[in-house]
Formats: sequence, structure tokens, C-alpha cells
Amino acid sequence: MKTAAKKPDYILFDRNTRAFIYNMQTNAVQRMLDFDYASQRETPSVGAIINPTGSDGLVKFFFGPREVLLPVYKSLKTAAEKCPDVDVMINFASFRSAAEATLEAFALPQIKTVAIIAEGIPERKVKELIAKAKELDKVMIGPATIGGIAAGAFKIGNTGGTLENILDSKLHRPGSVGCVSNSGGLSNETYNIISRNTDGLYEGIAIGGDSYPGTTLVEHLLRFEKNPAIKMLVSLGEVGGNDEYEIVEALREKRITKPLVIWVTGTCSKAFKTEMQFGHAGAKAHGETETADAKNKALKDAGAFVPDSFDDYDSLINKVYTDLVKEGVITPAPEPQIPNVPVDYKTALQSNMIRKPTNFICTISDDRGEECLYGSKTISQVVQEGLGIGGTISLLWFKRLMPQYASDFIEMCLVITADHGPAVSGAHNCIVASRAGKDLISSLVSGLLTIGPRFGGAIDGAAQMFSEAYDAGISPAQFISGMKKKGINIQGIGHLIKSTHNPDMRVSLLKEFALNNFKETPILNYALEVEKITTTKRDNLILNVDGCIGICFADLLRNEMSKEEADEYISMGALNALFVMGRSIGLIGHHLDQKRLKQGLYRHPWDDISFLSE
Amino acid sequence: MAQKAIREAHGKKLLSRLLKEYNGGNYVVEEHIISVGPETDFDALTKDHPWLASTRVVVKPDHLIKRRGKNDLLLLDASWDEARQWLSERMNNEITVSNVTGILDYFIVEPFIPHDEDDEFYVAITSVREGDNILFWHQGGVDVGDVNENSEKMLVPIGSFPSAGEIEKNLLEQVPAEHKGLVAGFIETLFRIYADCHFTYLEINPLIVVDDKIYILDLAAMLDSTAEFICRGKWGDIEFPSPFGRILTEEEAYIEELDSKTGSSLKLTILNPKGRVWTMVAGGGASVIYADTITDLGYMDEMANYGEYSGDPNEEFTFKYAKTILDCMTREKDPRGKFLLIGGAIANFTDVASTFKGIIRALKEYQQKLIEHKVKIFVRRGGPNYKEGLRQMKELGQSLGVPIEVYGPEAHMTGIVKLALKESN
Repeated sequence: MKTAAKKPDYILFDRNTRAFIYNMQTNAVQRMLDFDYASQRETPSVGAIINPTGSDGLVKFFFGPREVLLPVYKSLKTAAEKCPDVDVMINFASFRSAAEATLEAFALPQIKTVAIIAEGIPERKVKELIAKAKELDKVMIGPATIGGIAAGAFKIGNTGGTLENILDSKLHRPGSVGCVSNSGGLSNETYNIISRNTDGLYEGIAIGGDSYPGTTLVEHLLRFEKNPAIKMLVSLGEVGGNDEYEIVEALREKRITKPLVIWVTGTCSKAFKTEMQFGHAGAKAHGETETADAKNKALKDAGAFVPDSFDDYDSLINKVYTDLVKEGVITPAPEPQIPNVPVDYKTALQSNMIRKPTNFICTISDDRGEECLYGSKTISQVVQEGLGIGGTISLLWFKRLMPQYASDFIEMCLVITADHGPAVSGAHNCIVASRAGKDLISSLVSGLLTIGPRFGGAIDGAAQMFSEAYDAGISPAQFISGMKKKGINIQGIGHLIKSTHNPDMRVSLLKEFALNNFKETPILNYALEVEKITTTKRDNLILNVDGCIGICFADLLRNEMSKEEADEYISMGALNALFVMGRSIGLIGHHLDQKRLKQGLYRHPWDDISFLSE
Repeated sequence: MAQKAIREAHGKKLLSRLLKEYNGGNYVVEEHIISVGPETDFDALTKDHPWLASTRVVVKPDHLIKRRGKNDLLLLDASWDEARQWLSERMNNEITVSNVTGILDYFIVEPFIPHDEDDEFYVAITSVREGDNILFWHQGGVDVGDVNENSEKMLVPIGSFPSAGEIEKNLLEQVPAEHKGLVAGFIETLFRIYADCHFTYLEINPLIVVDDKIYILDLAAMLDSTAEFICRGKWGDIEFPSPFGRILTEEEAYIEELDSKTGSSLKLTILNPKGRVWTMVAGGGASVIYADTITDLGYMDEMANYGEYSGDPNEEFTFKYAKTILDCMTREKDPRGKFLLIGGAIANFTDVASTFKGIIRALKEYQQKLIEHKVKIFVRRGGPNYKEGLRQMKELGQSLGVPIEVYGPEAHMTGIVKLALKESN
């Protein structure tokens, strides 16, 4: 692997420059690669991504129409060993850790330039970095900046914004203007002005808005001065600090001789009664000389081109450029062909350029907005309006907010079906799985899998059987004899222990609630007529709890929706769902109970099995 | 953000606490410092600080105001009863200092230290790019004069700490021999605290030496607020008050509150509620330039507000922000009409169309009022999805009954300022 080719010291970035991206900033990387492709670079400008909290690996990116793999390293040191040609690091670490990451990069001999994006790094830390950079002869751009761009060669992270803007502002090929500003937020605007009034940008740097930027306006202007490809200078300073006076000095001492158009923003500070801290940390005047007015005047006196207001900034740039063309200093180059960079799917979708059939539909919830919606209600509304579990089930299962009585009934069913002791097949299976050392989900599922026609299934079966019979208009007596003829047990009728003399309290509660609160209960009424006949045959042939839940629920659904819709919900398994939902509570309880009691593997005793041969 | 002034009482408490811990506690200063605010219960104060009953005190406003003595805002050598009287006469009073009017509601109370003028020194530490400057002058006090001109200076390069010997040699030549050791050791310790606590400015004037003990009479200090994550423990109870006289209007306070609820940035300052030129500008940098241009073109008096929205606020926040401005600008009628500049640079990543959604909603809600107040609107913006955003604004212009002129990146950013101001004549 080769190291970076030696460049003149006034060039930080060229068409071969490659960088490390510190932190997993995949969007920024993709934007850099899009720019690279539009600029007809041969290789992507990102050498590797440093992901200090992850592990080594590869990530896919687009380079034009095709995909490429970029390496990810956990450590910067490894990355440096693997990519000896990289000499720039773009540091996306947070304000807490950016200083350490920068020092780490400074310690690598191959790294010449570090751009720091984070805003809010303590000033003292930044001053330490500045001293270190000076000692080791490194260039530091930022902190608190978007970065910079060498048109048609290399761009730092998110500089230049979208690809559309890069092409509109002709940043994919070099012009003759070197530009340096404080603000990263205004860099796109400045590059737009330059592209409309000159042959375009050669290089643009945003030094960042901190009180102590790593490199200052004048340092970059002096670098541009040395670069023979740059013919004119453009700069945008701001109120606060004394940086612009160094430009004044450089102009007076003829260290800057190329024409410089500059404007210092913040002339409005005189309109404020108290001291004004504008958006940037450094944007505050300490004393008269740091005001924008004073700096603009000093620059003008020293020979810079300073407009009367920002409003004339563009025309002044245009005038200076036109004069340079007239003098023969600048000869505009012909425009290169721009390779077609495919539009990103997301961008195209946002601007209504394309459409795509979806693979999935969802009509019950939506988490795309500020807060997730259950139907038409936000989760916080569900909580604040006290809709409870009943209301939530009503919204997510039946797609409507049913009245309070329905919610109450749903919750009552969940409570009643939650558990039925350790001996029933669901709980038993769950306990056996749990004791076999399985985790919560395995044990729960092991129990749930027993739910079917014989265990818990009576709810569904009863609802279907009784509603069909009721709808068919056959009398309870006909229904019973018909079933008997077919040899089918009536689902939901009969109990092992309970009888007419020893009624099931749960059934009484459900029945009473339904009769008192439902709008109408035709299927329940029908079932009670059936029960009257069956109990005359044997007193334990009562309507049992599964039957009662199923039948009442069929009535409830018909109260709140059309018969067809209600039947569809039942056939899709909504009633079974109610049992699964409720019983999950009990099964989880059994699993936790077994774990808490540290119960060992269960082995069924031989003496409980008859070993027979047929 | 960055360098922020703190109250004198908080600064003094911080120093007195840390001076006990640093350098073996050899340079302790007065620790009886009381901060009095609008909610202070004086009876409780008397009980909690028994020394008040037996000590002569000094009382000063604690509002980052300079030259308090010259503005008759200083009570010296008073009993606690006299001080209470003095405080209650001044608490919540509106006063004007150097053309700025504000409410007095914070004071500092400390023991009064009798001393000679000869005992008064000046010491300050200021931050510069290369490190920090220590400034010292043996004649401190109110008549210290131009310290940048007079004082002894010593640049401490970043990362290094001067020894007491170096301080004595560089700064203390004119200090009486018997005090040199004490003052040098104090400044050495002070500098360590300054650095460890991320101060960006620290001025003690005067610093006095009485009976071999150091006293900090007046203190002004700034901390680097971004260092909070490092210094929270060392700082203790600290607040960053607004400059004196910056009393927020109801709307400004509302926007400040909105701002605190979002990761985006929403700022509003009302400059002149009767002004005819209102701005609603995206981006910190662009908002300054719009205000600059209004000022530079000679319409500073017509500029009604300064503000910005940035960092991609969602529709609801932009809506509330826009509504607040529209509400302010449609209170008092002006027969000549009013102008609203919805401006901005070319955004990096903010989706222009979606931020315009909130603004459009607010404009629709204020349709009637905007018509009544003869408002004319100028829009200029670029960035992601700007074409869609501008299209929506144009469409609104056709139905709103309020004239809206719409421009994109083809127009110079501040072009709409000139257009509006031309019409305002």
C-alpha cells in the first residue's frame, strides 16, 4: 500500500485525498461518495470508517450506480496501518469525546489534517488541541463546523448539502476562487453566490463558530495566496474576536496580494440594547474594535473589497471577477461532462418523482409521527383517557373504540381466564418446560401450544355453535336433539364439578354483567334456554365459563358491529385470542414461580406410566 | 453557549470552597457570603447566619453591573439591621445604569473589611488563543485605570501552570516584600482553580491583604458553560443570569420556553413592537445577515424583531413560532402597511417544504388579520426540496388575499430586504 503523495503545503485536499470518518456517519459518507462520483474521482474519498463502539467489518455504499464496500475499524491505529495513504480525519465524535479522538489522530504521523464537526467542546480543550496541532505541524479545521470542500476533488462530510445543490453550485469542478468563512450554515449560500458571479469555487473552508477555531480566517487566506490556481479570495467574517485584524495586517504587509472580497456580519448589533450573543459561541463583541462595523472599516482601509452591506456582496464579487477576466488573470475553463449520479430512492420519493407498490399494509397502528398511534389515539391519549387494556384491545383488535361496558367485559374475561391452577395442560406444559431450564418465551409458548380444540377451544366452539343455531332459527330442543343425532358434544355445556346446585360464580358474574349492560343478548338468551333443557337431563350440564365467555362475546361483537363483521372476527380467531391473551398472564406466572423456586428438571416417574405391550 | 458570566456570590462561594481544598488550604478566603434574591426570607437568613448579628456588612447588587459605587449601589460598613432596611428599599426597584433599565432583585451580602487603599491590588486572568494571561497591578480598586495599559502581564501557555516563584518574579515587583509570598501563592492556587474549573475570565478588584490574610472584595467571572459535563461537581450551585436589563417580553419568554423543549433552535427578540419590518428567518447565520441588511440600508428603526429558527424544527414548533410573530405584528395598525420577510440561506439538510408547512398553517390562521394590517410577504429560501416549498408558498399567495412574492437561490439572499424596504417608502 502506498502512502499519500507529497503535496505542496498549501494544498490540504486534492483528487487523491482520502479520509477516515470517525464515528458511524453513513449519510455523510454516502454524500462524500456521491460528490466523488460526480467529480469523476477514480476512488472513493473515504478510506475507512472508525467505529469506536463497534467492531471491525465492512459497510456497503453506492459509488455512482454500483455498490462498493468500505472497511470499518474499531481502532484508529488499525485503520492507519491498513490505509497508509489516508492523511485526513473527519471527526464526528461528540463534544465529550472529540478532543481525545483528535489527539489520537494527531499522534499518527500520516494524518495531516483533522476536521472537527462537534459543537460545544470546552474552550480549554480546544486551546490544548490548537497548541498540539502547532507543535506537531497539523492542520485543524473546526470545531463547530460543517468542514470544507475542494471543488471537484474532496469534500469534508456534509459540506455542500445535497448532490443537487453541489451540481447547482458547480462544486464538482474547480474554479478560481478561494473562500473562507466562519459559518458552516452559510457556506452553501456563499458557494451559490460564488458560482453565480465567478467561474466557481476552488476551495471553501468554514472555520467554525467557536471562540478559538483550530485554524483562523487569515491562515486559510494565506494558504490560498500561495496556491497559483486560486486567483481571487472571498471571505465572510463575523462580529466578535480579532481574527479579521490579522487579515488587515496581512493586507498591509502585502502577504495577501490577491483581490479579497470580504464582509463581516453582525452590523446589526447596534440595534440591540444589551450585549448580544448571536448563534455562534464566538459571535459576541468584547469592546468597540470587535464590532462588525469597526472590522469592515479596517478591512476596507487596508485595501480589501468591502461592500456597503451584504446586499452588495454578490455584485462586488462579480465586479472583481469580471476585472480579473478582463485583465487576463482568469480564463474560464470549459464545463466538464457531469456523470449521471442516480437519485437516492428516498430523495426521489420525497419529491414525488417515483412511486412504488408496497409489500405490506397496516391499518391498526402507525409509529411514523411524533407519537405512535393505536388506531386514531396516541398512546398518551390511551393512557390519559384511562382506556385501559380493554380499550387498547378494542382499538388494536377491532379497530374502533368500543363503549366502556365492552372494555370492562374484555378485562373481566382476561381476569377470569388468566389462570386455572398448575394442573391444566397449558400450565403443566409451561412448568415442565420451565423446569427443563428453558427461558420465559420457550416456557410460555410451550404452554400456549396446548390451546386448541380440547383446551381453551370451547370458547370459540361455543360461540360458533350457538350463534349458528340461533341464526338458523332452530329451537333449543331441536338444536340439542340434532347434536345428539350427529354424536357431537355441545361446546360450552357441562362441568366436571359445578352444577345447578353448586353454580360457578364466574359464570354468574359474566352472565349478570352481560344481561345488565349489553344492548341486547340474543345468543346468550338462546343458550340459557338450551341450558334449561340440558340441566333437566343431568344437573352438571350447565353453561360453563368457556361457553359463557364465547357466547357473550358473540353478542357483544354483534352489538358493536354488523353480524357479518362479527362472524368474520370470530372465524379469524378473535375469541381464541382472548383466551390466549388472558392465559398468558397465568403461564408467565407459573414460569416465574418455578424459576423463583429453583425447581430442577422434571422427570415423570415410571410408576405413573403403565408399560404394556399390545 | 461558551463564555457566560456568573453571579459574584456564586463565584466567591466557589473560590472560597475550592481554596480550602487546593494547596493544603494555605490560601483560604472569607467564606461568609450570602446571596439575596427576590424570594429570600430575611428572618430565616438571620437565623441561618448568626454572624450577621455581630458583623458589619457590605451589600451590593449582584447583576453583572459594573461601577456600582459610582451609581450609588453600594452599602458599606453597615449593621445587619441597616442592611435589611437598605435591601428592602431597593429590592425589585427599576433602575437605569449606563442607559440600560432593569429590575434589581439579586444582592450579595458579606462582612465589611476595613483596610487602607494601599492594601488594594488588582488581579485578573483572561483567556487568549495561546493560553491565559495573568494581569496584576499593585494599585487596585475603583481607580485602577486602564489595566491593559498599566498592569504587569504574564502569558501562561496552555497546559502549563506557573509556580509561585515565577509569578512573584513576573508580576509582583511592586508589592511590599512582606506580602509577596502570600500573594504569589494565592495567585498560583487561583490559576489552578481557574484552569480546573474552566473559567474563561476572572477579575478580582480589589484583592486586599489585611493581617496576612487575603480578601476578595469585588469579583467578576465567566465560566465556559460547555465544560459543564466536566465541572458539574466543582462548580456546585451556579447559574448563568441574563445581562442586566434583559427583561423578556411575554412572547420572548414563550419562544424561550419552546426552544428549551426541542433539540432545534428557536430564538426571538422584539426590538420595536411598532416596527414595520418583521423577519422570520431560518438559520443563525442568515438571520444575522437579514438584520444587518435592514440596519445597513438605514431602516434600523423599522426593524421590529430579531430571531431565527434552525436545526430542522418540526411542523408544530414552526407553526407556534410563526404564530407568535404574526400575533405580535398584527396588534397595532399602521396605515402604511407592514412587511414580513420569510428568509433563509440555502439549507444544508433541512427539508424546506416541510418547515414551510408550519408557517403556511400559521399564515392561513392569521389570514384575516394579515389582510386588515395590510401585510405584504416576501419569501426567499433554498436547500433540499426547496422547489416544492416555494411552489406551496406561491400557491398560498394566490388564495390568501395577502400579496406574497417568492424567490429561490437564483435571487441574492437579501434581495427581498431591498424589495420590502423600497415598498415601505
